Amino acid sequence: MPAAHAGETGAALLQQRCVACHDLQGPAPTTLTQLFARKAPDLFYAGNKYQTAWVAAWLQQPKRIRPAGMLYLDHIKPGVKRDMVDSSTLKPHMALNNDDANKVAHALALLKPYNDRIKAVSHDPSISPGPLGEMLFDKIYGCMACHQIEPDFGGLSAPEIFTAGKRLQAAYMLSYIRSPQAWDAKTWMPNKHVSSPNDQKLVNYIIELSKENFDE
Amino acid sequence: MNKWFMFLLATFSLTPLLLAPFASAEAGEKAKDNYRVYCIQCHGMQGDGMGLNIRDMSVQPRDHTDVKSMASRTDTELFKVIKEGGVAINKSSLMPPWGDTLSDDEIHDLVQYLRTLCKCKGANG
Repeated sequence: MPAAHAGETGAALLQQRCVACHDLQGPAPTTLTQLFARKAPDLFYAGNKYQTAWVAAWLQQPKRIRPAGMLYLDHIKPGVKRDMVDSSTLKPHMALNNDDANKVAHALALLKPYNDRIKAVSHDPSISPGPLGEMLFDKIYGCMACHQIEPDFGGLSAPEIFTAGKRLQAAYMLSYIRSPQAWDAKTWMPNKHVSSPNDQKLVNYIIELSKENFDE
Repeated sequence: MNKWFMFLLATFSLTPLLLAPFASAEAGEKAKDNYRVYCIQCHGMQGDGMGLNIRDMSVQPRDHTDVKSMASRTDTELFKVIKEGGVAINKSSLMPPWGDTLSDDEIHDLVQYLRTLCKCKGANG
């Protein structure tokens, strides 16, 4: 099936099965009231953000990416040693069959309102973090405070990072690290003002990390 | 008639001045909401430093209900560490800078919110 045809059919599926939870129109929340109302990740710029092959595969076997759900504060409870994820409040994502998953993935790939932001950055895969990648991520910039770098290690309020290299486009990661608020004004990911080339090293560390296949 | 005119003139002239103290609050988010979204992930639902993310941290987050440690910090220091991050006051990089997320007015409001959690004043008063 030609991609354009699959996209048209996928667009209908998006409207039928996804729009109840995902924002397909934008813009991202600009107030906390809007943030509190968001049920699931915004998809209106999915074509600028996700790798299509990953989307198609994930939709057939969805696994939780955000250990504490979309908005972590809706899914936590006080614990003995620290606040804990309240799993009883988390709902599984629906699974699609192979055909529908591919149609939806192709439809999402067409949603690219922020090509200008992507074109404004230039990912350089040759800038290796070497053995310092984990130190940059964990110690220098403190990203592990909120992100897991492997299953069961790291923070829980943000998406796991050990699958991000397969999930996200490199240019998107670079742009997002440079200014999370440009993409999502009320996100709880801070701008850590990562200097160049450390921003490139972080992206390449994340890509390298995904090759560990912790998720398989 | 002239009295009514003068009354209305005075009322509408004063309205902006009367509303001015609330302008900042209307423009920004409430400190409690900002604290919930940006702070409790590490500092905890109770503000006691027992947040969701702390298990694997090399440095534990500040307990905002600890009177002794919170009273040792000035409001200026708290503003600086929220805006510029822990490194700005020679503390951990795990405390990120929120200067691109929150306005200065919101950070000032957050400092005052912290004072309600510790029920204390800063070292400078």
